Amino acid sequence: MAYSSDSPISQNLRPVVVTGMGIVSPMGRDLAENTAGFRAGRMAFSPVTLFDVSRQRVGTAGQVDLPDRAPDFGISKKAWGRMDRGTRLAVLAAREAMAEAALCGGEIPLIVGTSAAAMPIGEDYFKAALVNTPDRHTQLRRVETYQAQRQMTDMARELGVHGPLRIISNACASGANAIGHAFHLVRSGRAEIVLAGGYDALCQLVFAGFDALQALSPSGIPRPFDAARDGLALGEGAGFVVVESAASARSRSVKVIAEILAYGAATDVHHLTQPHPLGDAALVTMQSACAMAGLAPEQIDYINSHGTGTPLNDIAEGNAIQRWAGDAVGKIKVSSTKSATGHLLGGAGAVESVISLMALKEQFLPASLNVREADAVCSFDLVREPREAEVRRVLTNSFGFGGANATLIFGKEGIA
Amino acid sequence: MKLAITGTGAVSSAGWGVAALMDALASGKTPEPSLLDRTGGETLIRTPVLRVPTEGATTPKFARLRRTSPISKFAAAAAVEALGESRMAAIAAGELRVGVIFTLLNGCVNYSNRFFGEVLTDPAMASPILFPETVFNAPSSHLSAMIGSHAPNDSLIADSTGFFSGIDLAAEWIQRGEVDGCLVVASEEIDWLSAEGLCLYSKNYLPSEGAGAIYLEAADGPVRLLHLPDPVSFSGYSRIEAAVKIRERLNVENDGHALLIDGRVDIARFDLPETKAWSDWSGPRWSPRVTLGEAMGASTALQIVAAVEALKAGGFQKAVVTATGGNQQATGVLLGR
Repeated sequence: MAYSSDSPISQNLRPVVVTGMGIVSPMGRDLAENTAGFRAGRMAFSPVTLFDVSRQRVGTAGQVDLPDRAPDFGISKKAWGRMDRGTRLAVLAAREAMAEAALCGGEIPLIVGTSAAAMPIGEDYFKAALVNTPDRHTQLRRVETYQAQRQMTDMARELGVHGPLRIISNACASGANAIGHAFHLVRSGRAEIVLAGGYDALCQLVFAGFDALQALSPSGIPRPFDAARDGLALGEGAGFVVVESAASARSRSVKVIAEILAYGAATDVHHLTQPHPLGDAALVTMQSACAMAGLAPEQIDYINSHGTGTPLNDIAEGNAIQRWAGDAVGKIKVSSTKSATGHLLGGAGAVESVISLMALKEQFLPASLNVREADAVCSFDLVREPREAEVRRVLTNSFGFGGANATLIFGKEGIA
Repeated sequence: MKLAITGTGAVSSAGWGVAALMDALASGKTPEPSLLDRTGGETLIRTPVLRVPTEGATTPKFARLRRTSPISKFAAAAAVEALGESRMAAIAAGELRVGVIFTLLNGCVNYSNRFFGEVLTDPAMASPILFPETVFNAPSSHLSAMIGSHAPNDSLIADSTGFFSGIDLAAEWIQRGEVDGCLVVASEEIDWLSAEGLCLYSKNYLPSEGAGAIYLEAADGPVRLLHLPDPVSFSGYSRIEAAVKIRERLNVENDGHALLIDGRVDIARFDLPETKAWSDWSGPRWSPRVTLGEAMGASTALQIVAAVEALKAGGFQKAVVTATGGNQQATGVLLGR
C-alpha cells in the first residue's frame, strides 16, 4: 500500500477473486444458516432486547442471537470480553471467511467498514459520566474500547492479521466501500490478499436517531419497493470476504468463490440524508462499474439493491435502475434482502455482498419479501419469492447518508 | 508518478489559517487555556482546554454549514484555504475532479452528546436535526457538497495517525486516474465529555481541536511527497517497536539538515516510542502538540501542514513527519522540495 515517488505504477491490472466469505446476520450466525434462511424466504425480526425501546415508536429489529460465551476457535475469554458487540459480530464473520480461504493471518491489510462502531460502549460512558462519582478505571476502559480502531486492532491481533488497518465510515455504504478498496489494492498489485468486510451492531443512539427521523417502519416490517412502503427496519450483522489475486489463489490452491469484476463509487451531494430523486449518483456508480467490467446491463443476472424500504430511497434507486438499464429494464431481476434482515448500516454493503456471492454459488435469487403491490417504479423484474436461476453475474448497490454511493459486481470464475 | 502538496489549510488553537499556525509554532508560545464546564451531571467539573478562538473565524458561507457543529466548520475553513479560489472555481465549472478524504478519531461529539442526552430524557422529543450530524461522514459530505464535487469521498476512522492513511488513499486515487487531485482533511472538535475522556489517560493532556487540510495532486513541486511507507500496526508490534520500524521504513538520512516534526505531547509515557525511535536525531525537531494541545487526528494534519510550510519557506530541503497513535499504528512520511 506504500507510496514512493521512485516506484513506477503497475499498469497491469490483475484479475481479483474472492476465496473466502463469512456472514453473521439476524438470519443466522454463519453461511449455512443464512443460505437456508434466504432460500426459504424467511424474515428475521424480533423484539429488541439490547436496550430500552419502550418509549420508541418501534420495538423490533433484526437482532442477532449472539452468545455471551467466547467461540471455540481460539479467541480468549478475556479478548472476547473486551470486544464490543459489533466486533464480536465482525470476528465471527471474518474468522469464517479466513477459514474458507485457508488463511491463518499474516502481513495482510484489513479493510473494514462501520458506521456506529462501538457506540454501545460510548453510550455506557456517557451514562456513567453523568452520575456523581463514576469509576475512573472503568471509564478509561470505556473511552479506550469505544474507539473503532482499538476494537479492530484487537480483532486483527486475535486473527493473526498484522498488515495495515483501514476503517471506512461512509455510513450505509461503508461495507461495500471496504470491499471496493480491497479490490483496487489487489487489482493494482499493491496487495496480494486483503481481508475486507463490514459490521454494525444495534445501539440505542442510532435506533433512536432513525426513529426521530421517522425512517423506521411503524409496523416493524419493511416492504422495499412496495407502493405503500413506510420505512425501514434496523438490523445488525457482519460480512467479510478474503479478496485475493487470481494468481495468489492459484498458487495457494484455494477454491475460488467468485471474481470481483468491478467497483464504482460516487458522491450524491443533493442532501445530507436524501438521495437525488432521479438517483443520479447511483446511476453513475452502476454505469462506471459496468464500464469497468465491460458489461451491458442485460448481462447482469441479479441486482441486490440497496432497497431500504423508505419512500425516498426506493424511488431514487428504482429510477437509477431504469435509466441504467434502458430498454433492458424488464429483464433485470432485483430484490432487497433488507426486507428479511433489516438495514445493517455499516455492515449492509458487506453482508449484501456475501448474499450476492451466495446467490452466485447456490444459483438462486433471494427475495424482496412483504411486497403487496409493487411501486410503479418497478419496471424491472422484482423478485418477490426466492427463485432458482442461472446466476453468472451479480451487481449490488449500497447508498449511505451523506451521499456515499457504491456498486460492486461479482461474477462466476472465468466469466470475465 | 510525482505527487506534490500544492495547498494547505489550518484551523487550530492558534487561530484560523496557516499563518496563525506557523506564527504560533515560531513563537513556541501556548495559547491561554480556557475552562470547559460540564453541561450535565451532578458535579461541576472544569477541564482546561485549548479551544479554537471564535474571533477571526473564516467559516465559508454555505447553507449546509449553518446547522453544523464546529467539526464541519473547521473542516470547511481548512479545505477552502487548501484549495484556493481558482481551484474552487475550476471544480464548480466541472474542469477539475477533486476527491475528498476525511479522517477523524472523535467525530461530532457535541451533537452526539446533545442527541443522546435528549434520547435518554425523552426519545419522542429527540431532535431529528441533530442526529444526521452525529454520523461520522457528515463533515465530509458537507465538504463535497460545498465544493460541488461528485468524485469519490471517503471518511476514515483511525487513531491520531489517520491523516497518513488519508494521504496514502489520496495517492492511490490520483495514480489510478480517478481524480485530478485530492483534498485530505482531518478535523476534530471537543466538548466536556471528550475532554474529560482524554484527561482520563493523563491529567497533563491539554485537549484541543481544529483542522488541517492539504491538496495533493500530480505535480513536481513546490513540496513533493517522497515516501509514505506502510503504517506499522499495533496488532503485531508494540508502540515502541512500531515507531522504530517506521523510522527504518522511512530510511531518512540523519545528516542534521532535515526537519523532524513528531507527534510528542510532552507526556513521557506517551512520547516514549518516538523519543526512543529518534533519540539520535541530529537535525531540528518540532513537536506542535506541545504548543497547540492534543487535537487528535487534526494535530497530525497540522504537523504535515507545518512541514509543508517549513519546506516552502526554504529553510529545509527535506522534512520527515511521524506520529505514533494511541491504539492502532505508527506512521511517518518524508516530504521534500
